Amino acid sequence: MVACNNGAGGYKGIPFNRQKTVVNALRIIKNMQEIKPPAHTTGSVRWLKDNLFNTWYNVLLSCLALIFLFFAFKGLLTWAFTEAKWGVIPANLQLFGVGAYPREQIWRVWSVIYILCVLVGLSAGMWGGLTLRFALVLVGICFIGGLSPFELSTRGWFLGAVATTVVSLFLGRGRTGLRPWILGAWLLSFPLIMIVLRGFGENGVLTSNWGGLLLTLILAVVGIVVSFPLGVFLALCRQSNLPAIRWVSTAYIEMVRGVPLITILFMGSILIPIFMPGLDINQVLRMMIGITFFSAAYMAENVRGGLQGIPRGQHEAAQAIGLNYAQTMLLIVLPQALRSVIPAIVGQFIALFKDTSLVAIIGLIDLLGVARSVIANPDWFGLQAEVYLFAAIIYFVFSYSMSYGSQEIEDALRVGEI
Amino acid sequence: MKNNTPKGVSGKIPFWRDIRVLRVLFQVIFLLGVILLLVILYTNMLKGLRGLGLTLNLDFLQDEAGFDISEGIPYEPSDVYLKAFWVGILNTLKVSIIGIVCATLLGLLFGIARLSSNWLIRTIATAYVECFRNVPLLLQILFWYTAVVGQLPRVRESIALFGGVFINNRGIYLPSPEPTSGLKIWLGFLGAGFLLAVILYVVRWRKLQQLDRPGFRAKWALPAFLIVALCGWFLTPDRPFTLDLPVLQGFNFKGGMRFSPEFSALLIALSVYTGAFIAEIVRSGIQSVVKGQREAARAVGLSESQTLRLIVLPQSIPIIVPPLTSQYLNLTKNSSLAVAIGFPDLVSVGNTMMTQTGQSIPVFAMIMASYLVMSLTTSAAMNWYNRWINRVGF
Repeated sequence: MVACNNGAGGYKGIPFNRQKTVVNALRIIKNMQEIKPPAHTTGSVRWLKDNLFNTWYNVLLSCLALIFLFFAFKGLLTWAFTEAKWGVIPANLQLFGVGAYPREQIWRVWSVIYILCVLVGLSAGMWGGLTLRFALVLVGICFIGGLSPFELSTRGWFLGAVATTVVSLFLGRGRTGLRPWILGAWLLSFPLIMIVLRGFGENGVLTSNWGGLLLTLILAVVGIVVSFPLGVFLALCRQSNLPAIRWVSTAYIEMVRGVPLITILFMGSILIPIFMPGLDINQVLRMMIGITFFSAAYMAENVRGGLQGIPRGQHEAAQAIGLNYAQTMLLIVLPQALRSVIPAIVGQFIALFKDTSLVAIIGLIDLLGVARSVIANPDWFGLQAEVYLFAAIIYFVFSYSMSYGSQEIEDALRVGEI
Repeated sequence: MKNNTPKGVSGKIPFWRDIRVLRVLFQVIFLLGVILLLVILYTNMLKGLRGLGLTLNLDFLQDEAGFDISEGIPYEPSDVYLKAFWVGILNTLKVSIIGIVCATLLGLLFGIARLSSNWLIRTIATAYVECFRNVPLLLQILFWYTAVVGQLPRVRESIALFGGVFINNRGIYLPSPEPTSGLKIWLGFLGAGFLLAVILYVVRWRKLQQLDRPGFRAKWALPAFLIVALCGWFLTPDRPFTLDLPVLQGFNFKGGMRFSPEFSALLIALSVYTGAFIAEIVRSGIQSVVKGQREAARAVGLSESQTLRLIVLPQSIPIIVPPLTSQYLNLTKNSSLAVAIGFPDLVSVGNTMMTQTGQSIPVFAMIMASYLVMSLTTSAAMNWYNRWINRVGF
């Protein structure tokens, strides 16, 4: 007891023959951080134990999964490296890219790519973050294209695109003041790209010659750009307190949502000439109209979900400080409502992108249409798996990067809220 | 009131600034605009139809169709168009209903797998969801049809699976149950068993209410029903069903059930594609119940199954059901992509009718009406299910 009470002076109270033991113990405690835990509690062994073999049924499941993966990968890799004839892809690469776009007019497509490279580069320089990552991916793809065994002119175009992007990236760096101008440029680039691709009159490229990935992207972008404002407008109409407007909008939305897209595309293809006899609307435009009107109805429902989540107090407060309906919606309600439904809207964009493949049924030669026509070619008989897998990978890359981007934006906005 | 009006302003608002008048006026103008648009479209349509030499009526539905339909209920090319359309509707329903069942099973399996504590299982489930969600359904249908089902061996070299299942390039052959004379007796047993089960269910429900305790209400009813059904099965002189096995005769299989290559490819693609979406819905529905709820349930002494039945599912089902409904509707609508591989569904048959008769507008109206009826029925059924499950519990 005495030893405990006057212990402040060190080990004085402890009998002399025990002091050495205490010192040793203290030394061990001091060195404790430097001693590594035994191998079986950390590292890959531990990870395997925790994540794959923690209970008896997980052991069973892991074994089954490993057996499944072994056979799946074995089969797939054997097929991909020994049986599959990948020669069909490089031989038809231009067809996959632009379809029947005339060869001597291909500079139009490259001009569009260069416009986009400049805009992407500038945006990446000004915003950084996600846009920068996308710009780097773009540069990477163009760089690979430049090193691939294409014709010399194609490789030149690719390397030029790399240079353009990088130069505009450095030009845009830190010039945050120019951001509104770049947003305006993005908006303006849309009609400009259409004009460049189409050209004028006889010297231009008829839309019936648009094809491949180019057509898929055009259909998707037009659909997204036009259906978004249309969808917001329809959603506002459906939430309106004027019954006539509400009814008409609801009837439109519910009718379109009740019908498959392919029916609407057939209707666009067959009925537009009957209902609009005087107008000469080409097939590509008809498909754009069909896809846009279809997607707008779904967009409207997504936006409506966001509008319903905005508390009434927001409307009332906006009215109380004297804002009119348009101001209330544009400045107060829509920014909050749209922000809360970003995932749903991007999901709808992805669905629209995938749905553009349906125009292949109507007879347009989009990416899937090209795939079908390549398979139908007797030179490439029996190569369905290779061709469809290639097309699937392209679709996957675009869809997946959209959903990745949506995730990032969502996280960024949530960070802003806190 | 009059005293509060500032000088120079009369108390009466002129009608062009009266919000009540303006509202009515605006709506009237809007409706007139819509009607005008419809009238223009209608006159255009009449003009266009006159140009094509067609009149708008439904008489053609009673004409002989003259085209063959490769599968579905018995149908002859000499039957009328209405019958052909009905075959199309039934084919759409068949692939949609079987597809919904398969997609739900796949979705449940992979949705739960995505929450597994096993890293491998979780990764496989994530890979499945991401791969199949991000590729267009039409591409998948074409892939399954041409690259998988189309590459199956010929009839002579069919792949034989257990229990008389044969797979070859003419389709998938399954054994089918054929009812016998014993079926009626067995149905009587089933009726009696059902009656007993209802009585036991009510008795147990009452008892649980008296005890004021949570419990599994069908604990007595379910085994009782199964026992009666099984006894009936073995007591009936002939078994209620015999299995009709597919047998190779000459150049093809006879007997049993056959799923055509088109149907099989469409069914696989629809189930796998929609299953990926359902897996995500199931995952987010279960994850939406916060962990504290489970822990609290375990802390007050509920068992693992009681926690799931009484705490987790009642909260996640209302979250899961609405998006699940729209996935079911999507699957039904997506079955129209059958037109790309020649499965005679509603749209495919409708298209043939249109090209043969030129009556595109009535046929489009019929297709739209059919899909609207299907959509509304499915929504109503799922809404009813959601309300019912919330009321009676698990």
